[in-house]
Order: sequence, then C-alpha cells, then structure tokens
Amino acid sequence: MAKATMAAATGPLDGQVAGSALVSIKPMEPASRLAIRARPDAIASLSKVLGVKLPQAPKTSAQSTAAKSRQRVALWLGPDEWLVIDDGNADLMGICAKAKGLYSAVDVSHRNTSVLVSGKGAEATISAGCPQNLSLDVFPVGACARTLLGKTEVVLYRVEEDVFRVECWRSFSTYVFAFLAEAGQSPMI
Amino acid sequence: MSGANRIAGAGRLTPAKKVRFSFDGEIYTALEGDTLASALLANGVHLMGRSFKYHRPRGVLGAGAEEPNALMGIERDASRQQPNVRATVQEVFEGMTAVSQNRWPSLAFDVGSVNNLLSPIFAAGFYYKTFMWPKIAWEKLYEPIIRGAAGLGVAPASADTDHYSSRYLHADVLIVGGGVSGLSAALAAAKTGASVILCDEQAQMGGALSYESGVSVDGVSGFDWASNAAAQLAALDNVRVLTRTTAFGYYAQNFVGLVERVTDHLADPRADMPRERLWQVRARQVILATGSIERHMVFANNDRPGIMLSSAARIYLNQYGVAVGTKVGVYTANDSAYETAFDLKRAGVSVEAIVDCRDNPGEGLLSTAADLGIQVLTGHSVVDTKGARRVSSMIVERNGGGARQTFAVDALIMSAGWTPSVHLYSQSRGKVVWDDGTQRFLPGECPQDCASVGACNGTDALQASIDEAIAAGVQAAVDCGKKPASTVITGEGAGDWTGGMAGSAAGAGADTTVKAFVDFQNDVTAKDIRLAVREGMHSIEHVKRFTTNGMASDQGKTSNIHGLAIAAEALNREIPQVGLTTFRAPYTPVTFGSIVNHGRGGLFDPARKTPFHDWEERHGAVFEDVGQWKRAWYYPRVGEDMHAAVNRECRTVRESAGLFDASTLGKIEVVGPDAAQFLDLMYTNGWSKLKPGRCKYGIMLREDGFIYDDGVVARIAEDRFHVTTTTGGAPRVLHHMEDYLQTEFPHLNVWLTSSSEQWAVIAVQGPKAREIIAPLVEGIDLSSEAMPHMSAREGRICGVPTRLFRVSFTGEAGYEINVPANYGPAVWDAVWAQAEPLGACVYGTETMHVLRAEKGFIIVGQDTDGTVTPHDAGLGWAIAKSKPDYVGIRGLMRPDLMADGRKQLIGLKTKDPNTVLEEGAQIVADPNQPVPMTMLGHVTSSYWSQNCGRSIAMALLVDGRAKMGQTFYVPMPDHTIEVEVSSTVFFDEKGERVNG
Repeated sequence: MAKATMAAATGPLDGQVAGSALVSIKPMEPASRLAIRARPDAIASLSKVLGVKLPQAPKTSAQSTAAKSRQRVALWLGPDEWLVIDDGNADLMGICAKAKGLYSAVDVSHRNTSVLVSGKGAEATISAGCPQNLSLDVFPVGACARTLLGKTEVVLYRVEEDVFRVECWRSFSTYVFAFLAEAGQSPMI
Repeated sequence: MSGANRIAGAGRLTPAKKVRFSFDGEIYTALEGDTLASALLANGVHLMGRSFKYHRPRGVLGAGAEEPNALMGIERDASRQQPNVRATVQEVFEGMTAVSQNRWPSLAFDVGSVNNLLSPIFAAGFYYKTFMWPKIAWEKLYEPIIRGAAGLGVAPASADTDHYSSRYLHADVLIVGGGVSGLSAALAAAKTGASVILCDEQAQMGGALSYESGVSVDGVSGFDWASNAAAQLAALDNVRVLTRTTAFGYYAQNFVGLVERVTDHLADPRADMPRERLWQVRARQVILATGSIERHMVFANNDRPGIMLSSAARIYLNQYGVAVGTKVGVYTANDSAYETAFDLKRAGVSVEAIVDCRDNPGEGLLSTAADLGIQVLTGHSVVDTKGARRVSSMIVERNGGGARQTFAVDALIMSAGWTPSVHLYSQSRGKVVWDDGTQRFLPGECPQDCASVGACNGTDALQASIDEAIAAGVQAAVDCGKKPASTVITGEGAGDWTGGMAGSAAGAGADTTVKAFVDFQNDVTAKDIRLAVREGMHSIEHVKRFTTNGMASDQGKTSNIHGLAIAAEALNREIPQVGLTTFRAPYTPVTFGSIVNHGRGGLFDPARKTPFHDWEERHGAVFEDVGQWKRAWYYPRVGEDMHAAVNRECRTVRESAGLFDASTLGKIEVVGPDAAQFLDLMYTNGWSKLKPGRCKYGIMLREDGFIYDDGVVARIAEDRFHVTTTTGGAPRVLHHMEDYLQTEFPHLNVWLTSSSEQWAVIAVQGPKAREIIAPLVEGIDLSSEAMPHMSAREGRICGVPTRLFRVSFTGEAGYEINVPANYGPAVWDAVWAQAEPLGACVYGTETMHVLRAEKGFIIVGQDTDGTVTPHDAGLGWAIAKSKPDYVGIRGLMRPDLMADGRKQLIGLKTKDPNTVLEEGAQIVADPNQPVPMTMLGHVTSSYWSQNCGRSIAMALLVDGRAKMGQTFYVPMPDHTIEVEVSSTVFFDEKGERVNG
C-alpha cells in the first residue's frame, strides 16, 4: 500500500536558540551518524568506502576531502571505535556495507543530536562543565573527545577555533542545551 | 566625613567616593573600597558581635581572612542574605545592610551574656559531661535547647535568587597569593611564556605591601609596584589574574578549587553576572605564596572590642586611612607591633605605651620609639584589661611581679609573632616540619608538583622572598618545558623582625577563672586547654575535640599554635611531640551556591524525555520518574482519579487496543559473526538456533546465579541482534556485557553499541492492534501466519524505516513499532489517528504493570530482588539445558540455590476479592502465633485488576509452588488478610490471546 508522504522528522531541540554577545548556541540540522567498531584489518577498507581515513591517534578526527563526502567527518573515540557523522545525511549504513574485514556498524543518526557552540566565548562556555583542557595547544581545531558536560556524557569536536560541536544522546539534549545556555550568559574569556 | 576616625591623607581610598550602608539599623557612611570592618572602625564602632558561647562583646581582631570575631549577616534583599560573613572581607557597597549576630535583643544588651556569668559550669567538655543522664532527656530536652542556642547567624528563609557559575581551567603554573612573593613568581613564570594563573583573596594584589609603609620595590613604593605588576600581568595573554578569589582546597594531582566572589562588592550587579564563580584548576605546577598570619597575645580578657592584631591596625591605617583608636596601647612579643605603633604615632595617634614581654626587642626599635616619644616597657606584660563594650584600660605588670600600672587606652594592639599559612600545603598531603630556631611549623617535602615561597615557607627577609619566588617561578615554567628567562626584582626597606611567642603570656596565669582567649570564635581559653590535658587528653587531636579549639569556621588560623603550645607546656613535652592537626579544605568557608553552581533547578539532574513526551503532556498524562526518565504513568480523563483511569485503560487494551510509549527500554545492538555465541554466554537461554526474524525472551544472571535483567531479543540478521533491557537496567546491562566481552570473552568477534535512543518505540497492544497499524505499514506481511507472535521484521511505516516486532507484555496480540527517534512523533500521530476511531486508548506505566501482572510476567527489580533465581521465579524453562556455559551457570549449582525451601514466585488471591494487598506485606501461616512471627514470604506486586474483577498479587513464598490452593495470612497493623496461593497467571490462562 503506497504512502503519500513520509513521516516528518522532529528534533528534540527544534526551534531553540540561546547565547549572548559572546557565544551563539543552536541545535544543528539532522545528520547521519554511524558508530563503528572495527578490528585493525577492517580499517583501511572502511576508510576507503567511507571516503574518510579513520584516524588512529587519540583525540583526533579526519574530515573527508572527497567531493561527494565532503560533509563527512570521522571522530576517534577509542582504540577501535569511531563516530562518523555526515551532515549531508548520506546513507552511511549502505555505504559501509561494502567494507571488508571484521567490524560493526550501527546507525545512531537519531540516537545523537548536536548543538553548535560558536563565538569568542565558546571555549569558556563549554569549560563551565567540561573538565578537559580545551586550550588550542592541547585541544586544537579537529580535536575530539568523549567527555563530560556537567552531569552528562558528550562527544566534543572542535570544528574551528571558536566553533565546537557538542554531540549528545537525544534525551540528554535538553539538559545539555540548558546548561550551555546558562553558562553562555556571561562566559569569562 | 566618612567617619570620625578617618585620618586625612592616610590610606588609599578616595575621600570623595562615599557610599552609605546600615549596621543594625544605623546608617553609616563609608568610602568606596572600605571593608565593612574598616568602615565601622572609621565610624568608631568597635562592638561588632557577640561571642559564640559566652556572648561576650567582641570587636574585630584582624583585617583579613583569619577574622574569628566580626561575623555578620549581609543582606541585599529578602532572598539574598548570608550569615557569618567576615566583616574584614566584605566590601561595603551602596545600600548594603549588615546585621550583628548571636545577640538578643540587641548587640549592646544581650540576654545571652548571662552565659558569661555562668561560665564556671560551661567549662570545656561541658556537653559531654552534663547531658549524660537521663538518656531520654537528650532527645527531648537537651538537644532541642542546645540546638536552639547554638550556631551563629540565621539561615535565609527563601530560596537564593543569585546564580553561580563554574569553570574548569588548566594552566602551567598556578600561583596562590598576590603579595610580593606571588607577584614575583608570576612575573618570572610569565616571562618564560608559561600559562599562569595568579589568584588572591583580596580586592587588590599586594598582600603585606598594602600596609608595610617603609617598603619599596624596584624604586617605587611597595604597593604601587604591586599594582603595576598586577596590571602588567593582567595585560599578558598567557596570564589570568584573579582578585577576590580564594584558593580553598588543594586536592590530588594539583587540582585546586578557587572561588571568585564576582558581585558581592557591587551595589547593582548586572543580572547576567554570577554571584560567585567556582574555578576548578588543574595546574602542572603550583606555587604557594600564601604569606603568614599574625597571632594575638594570650592574656586575661584579651577579647574586648578594641583589642586587635597589630597588623590589622596597620592595615586599617595604611590601606583605609582609619585610626583604630585615639589612645592606643601595644602588647607584643614581636618586633612587628613596633612598626604599627610607629606608623600610628607618625599619623598623629597617641601611643600610650609599648609593653614588650621580652627584655630585648629587635635592633633599633627602642631608639626609634624614643625619637617618636613612645614609652616602651620591656620585660613587662599586660595582665588584664578593663572596659565593657570597648577596651578602656590595660593593666601592666613587670614580669615576675611588682606594682601594677594602669594605662587608659581605647585600643590595644598586639602581636605574638607570625604563623606561616601552611594550610594549602597541608591539604596537598604535605607534612609540616617544626623549625626549632624560629619556633614554627614550615612546609616539608612537597608530595605534589608544588613549591612554597616567601612568608608561608618561613622566608622572612624581603629580598630573600623575592629571589626564592623568582627561582620557583622559573623552575615551575622549566618543569613545564619552557626555556628559563631571567627576572630581577629588588626590594628594600622591610624591617627585619625578631621575636614571637607561642602559648599563653604572663597575664593568662594558672588561675582557673581567668579568661585568656586562645580561640575567639569558639570561646576557648588557655585554662580550657589545661583542663583538657588534666582530664587525660594527651593528643592534640583529642585536646582539639574536647575543647573545640580551632574547630570553628576560622579553623584556628590565629589559635592553633597557641593551643598547641599551651597543651605542650601542660604535658611537659616539646611542641612537635604533641603534633599539629591536619588542615582540611576549605581554607575559608565556601557557599553551597558556588559548589552546586549550575546544578540546581532544571539543571540539578537531566530529565530525560522520550520523543512522545510532548504529545503525552498535551494529552493529560501524569508522569512518574523512572531513573532520570519521565514516563507517562496514566492518562486521567476529566473526572477520573488514578484508579478510574487505570481501570479504563486496562479494560480498553483487552477490549480493543492501547498505545504505549516503550521508548525508554534499553536497547543494545550486538553485531559481529560471534554475536549468537556471545549471547549464549550472557543469557541462560540458547540463541544460536534463533532464526533471523525471530524474537526470544531472555534471562540474564549475575555470576552468583541470581536474575540480573531480562528482555526480548530480536535476531535482525545472522550477525546482528537487537537486545532490549529493562529501562533502569540499560546502562548497567551494557557495562555488564562489555565487561565480560573485554575480560572473559575477548576472543569473540562481536561488538556492543547502545541504540536505546536511536529508536522511538510505540507498543500497540490489543485485539485491534493489527487493524490499527496495517494501513500504515508497507513491505511486511502482518498476517499471523507470516508474522507470528515473537517475530521481527524490517520494513517501512508511514514511509520511514521500522523494525517491527510482534511481541507482547500484556498477553494480547501486539506489536512494538521501532522507528528512528526523530520520526517518532509523526508516526505516533499517524498510529493514534488510526487507533482512536477504533476505540483504542493510550496507556501508561501503571496499566502496563497491571496488564503484565494479570499474565504473571515479572518485573526484574520488583518481583526479583537480587536473591531470586530463574527457578525461584518460575522461569526454569528459560534455562537452556544443553549449554555448557553461561554467566551464572556455576552459581546456580550452589547447594543453597538448588535446595528445597527456597522462596518461589506464586500468585495470591485475597479471600475478599475487593481487598488489595500492600506490596511488601509479609506472609505467615498462623496469624495467631506470638510476635515476632515466622515470616514465610512477602508480596512483590499487587493491583486491582478490572479485567479479573478482583485483586491480584504475586508473592515470594517458601516452597510456594507446592502450596497451590492453600490458605495463608497477611498480618496488617489493625487486621489480618486471608489469602489463597494461586498460579501467577490470572487472565487468559491458556495464553491464546497473543496469537489473535
């Protein structure tokens, strides 16, 4: 039985916006995401089909350079664990299925949601609740970490000097957003 | 004029910048930059509080963080009131209200001061001895009275409307203390390019340079140099300068807590500014430059208002331009008090006499005193003072006896020497070392990457302090990998102070009635410490607790060394043999607000909501907390109470259908070629033979054989399972599985990923379930033949991908629709649009509980409690007999777990069908036996079942399954309920409805 329209997607933070003169805090558009676990023998093949080299060093990420996957980034989360995010909403599960070797790929596009924190006060705002050293020499552009924000787990990714992507699980996003909004009222740079 | 005692030309405040404040209802004028203490002194107010125990009138003792006496309530408005604020720390702002504490009806006339007259019965250890008997009176009489009388200040009645902020910060070098040493260290470290944090509790950097009038550094006055240095540092990118910021705690691995008072000094703070900001600093190197604190002299009646530390008087004069009196007496065992006397005299204040208990003061002091015309009595002591609400005279006697002289004074300043501030060093787990030559405790070896410099390290001379600080600053930077850079700072003009004493001076006497105060805040006198020793307290830890010396919120900053010396003398031992108590965080009191900071209100704890939450809220759901989740509990319609709503929901599900939000169930995606093998090891059931597209109910045990979790598992593909767990079990089951995978089964090629929140889950249960979803589903044959009970299919619903499970936790035919979470709300709307016209309802967790109980399905954690095996729960069928191994297999073989007489899960029917048992109620065989009765089990689940038309319950009962049909009793406080043991299945006993 054919369906006229596809069900609409609703994000948990739709329509919310926060920030101050120094920082902007806003929910990001939906993206596709993959949680990858892999044995070493699968890394090269996965990197090839995904068009992004899965990084091997802690706290690093890799951005795809290929034209068709340019909105794709792979974040190192552990020695055999990556989070791949595609802001172009590519079918990552389908792409991944072609890879060889021993690995697990799980679609977590809807498990996570992300908040973009940007501006001069971005680092200070996140540092209200994140114990990591976020100074540029220790956490440079492209750095990422699974860490804490207040009382929740987040994946933090530095997109630019003053731009951070904060990934969290869907049901924690209202807490994360509210925390960032409060901390962003008067960040101490 | 901002107070009669303000001396024109003295101090650093600007006379034109006036602010007004009130103290106990009187309006006073202060200058911008005044502390509450300096402002009151400027206005001639010395009486600032009443003491804790004896309610004696008290004035200010110090001028900084160590203040034990001048504690006040500071009020901004009705919701912003703080008790026990040190007047020496609180800066005055326009419109500030200050109130004195621990007095009634007024500060000048305090009824509680009767305690002072009764002091002979309030000796140390009084509480321990007096309120022993009768025992019952403690709870009813003594404790309420003592609690009413005890404590300082009044807690605010309404919630704090201020907000507080938090900040993590990392640096190469953290320097605590912004005096000459801290500034020197900071300049030296900053020059190397290291990242530096410099904090100081005062409003400006400078430390002792703010009052040491003769000192110059690099050719300018000490304070000007400090201000310039601070400004120079603040301008550097690699340095953060924090004033009004106290380092209160030094924890493991150079983790130091700072609290910054952001708005407490502002009349009209911006709304977005936090009142305080907690800085949690991780520094690679820490330099402590915390200085030292002057000690008072211990002599009779040394606590009258107007008697204070000499350094305090010097700060009030040189920083605030305030004379602490017009006729000042000096009592000292140390040279530093002379400098204060000289400064006062030069400012035009009369110094009546300097009484020095030593025979030989430091070099040059006597001639300077003579030049200034100040009388010095060496080898003399102040043996008593007079004065009701302010000191009026000091009584002086030659050491060893002789005629007494009385000097009329309106202020008495004193110094027994200086105690290095080793608090943070001690908190860092450092062990202080007694220095016999200077009679003080100094930092020993540093257990962390830390150095102490300057006065807190026992380095007294100015240039030596500077050089030590520069060296430490450079070394700290080098230890962080920076190249050394040279810094030269030259200081001169500081006095080379000698002298100092610890313990009681002559005037304290051996007399048992003399009140020579050691600890002002807790009203501990020298005789109390001697009494403690006489009563057998020989360890300083016992003396401290018996007398409460050093146990007030000032933590004995002025009293610890005196108390120790008096105890040592009474014990006839050396001070290091008696030992020093360990310093604990916080250095000074820290507000709850700054510790909690953002974590209050909505940010106290994350409130997790499912994708359907908004819909549920709009449709009148009442929510219950399940862990951090907000779950829809029931949906009352107009006029319905909870019971009516649940009865309707229960009936509707079985008659037509119901929709239930099952999104909170934990979900784990188990992927890899060895996935089935792994699940075989984690669950009691067998998984290898489960075909893709089929589901199975699984039981998971702990190693000890007891039920840990349960849930339905669907095999999506050969190498992919969709595991569900209980809502509360989601994180711990994943950890449990990951733990075994990594430690016991690392050879298996399988990985676990939490997918709990990937899926929004709509349970559609009831006879009309298929009819409801059929129009929305594509690509899946929903017929019972194609998709029987316990099967799973992938397809589309409302055009989006779904994992559709045919499962039932109600006993009805039903489905669980899993859709990617963001599509959840739209799919729910579509399903509800189908369901509502068919007479279906939405139901909450309460109805879910009742429906599953009607079918005898257990809830792990409700019907099990960590001591229940699958056999006990009647789930022996879920244990695969042929498997060689799984977690818990050996635990289950323990004799106790296989023996007869274990409690087994059974059903209970009350003889009166309308009686609903209480969950947790005990079950006995004979209700007439004497108490304590032999308890045979307890009720685990109990509900009114509208579908059965009676109450139903499940219970754990000894050998329960062998007792079907037998009668037992449930004793309640006022009656006994008769029950009959039954099967746990109360509805549709043949289980045919799930196939409908």
